Amino acid sequence: MKWEIVIGLETHAQLSTVSKIFSGAATAFGAAPNTQACGVDIALPGVLPVLNTGAVERAIRFGLAVGAKINQRSIFARKNYFYPDLPKGYQISQYELPIVEGGTVTIRLGDTEKTVRLTRAHLEEDAGKSLHEDFSGRTGIDLNRAGTPLLEIVSEPDMRSAEEAVAYARALHTLVRWIDVCDGNMQEGSFRCDANVSVRPAGSTTLGTRREIKNLNSFRFLQQAIEYEVRWQIGEIEDGRKIQQATVLFDPDTGETRMMRTKEDAHDYRYFPDPDLLPLEVTAERLAAVRAAMPALPQARREQFVVQYGLTVYDAGLLTASRELADYFAAVAAGADARVGKLCANWICGALSARLNEENLEIGQSRVSAAQLRKLVDRIADGTISGKMGKDVFDAMWAGEGDADRIIAAKGLKQISDSGELEKIVDQVLADNAQQVADFRAGREKAFNSLVGQVMKASRGKANPQQVNDILRRKLAA
Amino acid sequence: MSNVTLKELSVQLAAGACSSVELSRDFINKINSLNKDLGCFITVDAERTLAQAKAADAQRAAGHAGPLTGVPLAHKDIFCAEGWLTTCGSRMLANFVAPYDAHVVERCNAAGMVTLGKTNMDEFAMGSSNETSYYGPVRNPWNRDLVPGGSSGGSAAAVAARLAPAATGTDTGGSIRQPAALTGICGLKPTYGLVSRYGMIAFASSLDQAGPMARSAEDLGLLLNVMAGHDPRDSTSLERPAEDYNRDLEKPLQGLRIGLPQEFFAAGLAPDVQRAVEAAVAEYKKLGATVVDISLPNMELSVPVYYVLAPAEASSNLSRFDGVRYGHRAAEYTDLMDMYKRSRAEGFGAEVKRRILIGTYVLSQGYYDAYYIHAQKLRRLIAGDFAAAFKQCDVIMGPTSPTTAFKLGEKSADPVQMYLSDIYTIAVNLAGLPGMSIPCGFDGGGLPVGLQIIGNYFDEARMLNVAHRYQMVTEWHQRVPPGIG
Repeated sequence: MKWEIVIGLETHAQLSTVSKIFSGAATAFGAAPNTQACGVDIALPGVLPVLNTGAVERAIRFGLAVGAKINQRSIFARKNYFYPDLPKGYQISQYELPIVEGGTVTIRLGDTEKTVRLTRAHLEEDAGKSLHEDFSGRTGIDLNRAGTPLLEIVSEPDMRSAEEAVAYARALHTLVRWIDVCDGNMQEGSFRCDANVSVRPAGSTTLGTRREIKNLNSFRFLQQAIEYEVRWQIGEIEDGRKIQQATVLFDPDTGETRMMRTKEDAHDYRYFPDPDLLPLEVTAERLAAVRAAMPALPQARREQFVVQYGLTVYDAGLLTASRELADYFAAVAAGADARVGKLCANWICGALSARLNEENLEIGQSRVSAAQLRKLVDRIADGTISGKMGKDVFDAMWAGEGDADRIIAAKGLKQISDSGELEKIVDQVLADNAQQVADFRAGREKAFNSLVGQVMKASRGKANPQQVNDILRRKLAA
Repeated sequence: MSNVTLKELSVQLAAGACSSVELSRDFINKINSLNKDLGCFITVDAERTLAQAKAADAQRAAGHAGPLTGVPLAHKDIFCAEGWLTTCGSRMLANFVAPYDAHVVERCNAAGMVTLGKTNMDEFAMGSSNETSYYGPVRNPWNRDLVPGGSSGGSAAAVAARLAPAATGTDTGGSIRQPAALTGICGLKPTYGLVSRYGMIAFASSLDQAGPMARSAEDLGLLLNVMAGHDPRDSTSLERPAEDYNRDLEKPLQGLRIGLPQEFFAAGLAPDVQRAVEAAVAEYKKLGATVVDISLPNMELSVPVYYVLAPAEASSNLSRFDGVRYGHRAAEYTDLMDMYKRSRAEGFGAEVKRRILIGTYVLSQGYYDAYYIHAQKLRRLIAGDFAAAFKQCDVIMGPTSPTTAFKLGEKSADPVQMYLSDIYTIAVNLAGLPGMSIPCGFDGGGLPVGLQIIGNYFDEARMLNVAHRYQMVTEWHQRVPPGIG
C-alpha cells in the first residue's frame, strides 16, 4: 500500500526581548542557575505578572510577516499543572484567543513552491529547567528560563514529507531572524519544534492518528525523527496494530522515538482566563506603527533581486538566506547595472561564501566589507584585472592587505592594455617564433593559440587577452 | 492614649504631645496583655516596631513629617512585609519571612506609619469567622465566646479592642465589611483596582481588594489616602489621578438618594439587625436624605456565583504552594508526587482544601462551561443590577451581615451556613463596587450591628461623606467593648 505522510509543526521561538515576558528579570542565556529569576519568576506569594510590550510587538511583527490576522483583543489564560520547574503551578499562555491567527509560509523544494498554512501564533512564558544530573539522585531546579517569552507558532498539517517539514522549519527560522523577533539559536533552545506526525493510505481524506515528537532542536534531528516515526507508524499499521495518540521523545543517540505519555494520561490543564492580566488590546495605531517599522521581507527582496539584477531564483534565494546577507548584497550591488550586479552575486555566492563557511563566520563578520568587494568587482568589470586575478586579489583582501586598487598596484597585477607596450611584446614574440608564424600562415589555427600563450607568458599574465588577440590577428594578417 | 482615633493621634504627634516610640510602646504593651485572650495578632515584633517608630520620630524632628508619620497600625497577615513572618493564616507559610513589601505596606511605610504586627486571619482569607486560621481563632472583644467575623477578623478585633488605631484588611466577598460589622468598627472595600494587589497574597484575583479598617469614616479616608494609588506592578491597578478621599467629608446630605434593595430586607435577616438598619435610615432622612426602594433581582445568585468563581481562581492561585521553593514541605516523602501530596495535605487546612477541590472541579474539562462560564455570565447580570439601581439612587444601604456575631464553632461544621454570612457583601465584590460597613446600633445582646453603604464606582469620597455625617450625629462608632479602654 502507498502511504501519505501528514505533518504539522508547533514551533517555539524565544522572543528576543531583554527582559522576561511578565517580569523585569534578564533573559540572557548561560547565567549561573537562579541568578536571573526575580520574585515574579520564582512565584513568591503576592507577586503579579506585568506584560512586556516588547514581546507583544514582536508577536505582531511575526503576524504581519506571515500575512496573518492580528487580533484586536486576545486573552492570556492559565494552563494549570504541577511540575517543580513551573513555579506558579500554571503557565501563562494564550488559549482561546491568540494574538495571531492564520497566515502562511512559503517553502521551496527544488523548483517547486508550496504554501504552508498557519493556524495561529500565541504568546506564552517558558518554564524553568529541571537538572537531573550532578545532584546525587536529587533534582536541581534552575528558574533562569522561567518566564522567558515564547511565540508558539502552530502550522496546519500541510507538510507531506520530512523534507517539507525541514524546509518549513528553515523558512520559519529565516523569517523570525529576518524580522528580529528571535535570535534563532537552536543550540540554546531559542528555536525548537514539536512535530505532529501521522500517516494515512494515499488518497484518503481523513487524518490518521498522530503522535507528537517533542522538542526537536536541530533541523537534522527534525528530519531524522520524522523519518523514523513515519517508518515506525507504517510498520505498526502494516503489522495490524493501531496507532495510539501519544507524545514521544526523539533520542539522537539511537535515532529512535520513544513514548513519553499516551492520551489517556494527558493532563486536564484547566485553562481559564488569567484574572491578573487584562485582555491584550492591539489598537489600530499600534498596529500601524509596527507595520511602518517592518523591514522588506525575504520574498520581496528575492523578487527585487531577480528583477533588478537578473539573478536566478536560486541565487536570489541564497542571497536572502538572512537579512544581513541580503543587505550585504544590496550594499555591494548598489547602483550597479545587471551585468555588474550579477558579478557581485557570483562573488558573494562563490569566493566569499566559501571563505565564510571555511572559517565558520557569519556575513556580519566578513573580513571583506561590501565596499571593498564592490571595488574588486568593478576592477574586474572594467578590465583592470581578469577574473582569475580577482581571486588572488580577494584572498589578499581577506588577509587584510588593503583594498583592491592597492593590492593590484602592489602586486603589479594590472593588465597591460597599453597597445604600444603590447605591440612591442607581440613583435618580439613573432620574431622569436618564426616556426609558429609559418604554421599559422599555412592554415594551422592551433599555432595561433600557441602564439597567444607566448605573449601572455612574456607579459607575465598581465596582458589583456582580448587585446592580445586583436593585435596578433592584425599583425599576422599583414 | 490608645483609645483615640487616627486623626487625633496625628494631631497629638504633630503637637508633640507624645512621640511615636511612646505611642507604639503603649500599643505593644496592650497587645502583650490582651493578645493571649483575643488572638488578634499572629506576629508581634517589638524591636522592629520600635525601630520604625524611632525612625518616624527622627523624621518628624527633621521636619519631614506627613499627616500619619509615627502613627501605628496593624497589617493583615496577607500582606508581605519585608523581614516579617507572613503566614496568610496558614501552616503552609508558617516559615515564610517575606523578602519584600506589598504595595500597601510600602505606601504605609513611606507615609511614616509604624507596623505594630501582623494580624490573624482565616487561612488564605477563606472564611467568615476567623476560625480557619492555623494560628487559632480570634475572639470577639464584645464577647469572647463569639467570633469576630472574617477573614480580616484579627484586624477587626484589634481595632475594636484598641490594640491598634487602624489596620489593613482585604475583602474578597466581605472580609473587611463583615468583621467590621461584627466587631463594631468601620471598614471600607474600595472599587476594584483602586488599591494595588501587589504583595497581597492572592485568594481570588478578580475579587480581592485591600482596604482600611478603623474606628471612624474620617480615619478610613486618612488611611485610604495612603493605601490607594496606581501601581504598575499590578496590571489591574487603575491609573487615576490621586485624590483626597476626605475632601467631601463635611458636605451636607440634603437631597442624597438612598436606595434600599428589597432583597436586603428579606427572610434570613435577624430582626434586631433589621431594626438597627432601619433606625439608621431614619437618621439619614433627618439629615436630608430621601429613600428609594430598589431591587437587585439577581442578588440571590451572588453566593452560588461567588462559590464557583472564587474557588476556581483560588485553586490556581494556591498551586504555587507546592513545597518546592518556600513554605511547608513534608518531612518524609517517596517521590515528587508524594512530596506534593503530603506537603499540601499537611500545609492546608480543611476549608482551603474544600475550595481547592471545588475550584479544580469547576475548571475541569466537561464542567468548565456549565460552571465557570455560566457563573461569569451571571456575574455580569449582577453587575448590571447595580448599574440599573445607581440610575435611581446615589448610594445603596442595607445590613452588612444578616446577623450579629455568632458563637465560635456555631457554623464551622456547616459551610453553607457560614457562606450565607456574606450574603449581602458578596455581590459588591462580583460587581467590583466600593462598599463599607459602619456601626449603626446594637442587638438585644449588646452586640454591634453594621450598616452597609454601597457606592458607585470611584464614589469612595461620597461614601465617606455619607458615613461621616452620620457619625457626627451618632455615637455608635465610639462605643468601646466592655472591659476595654
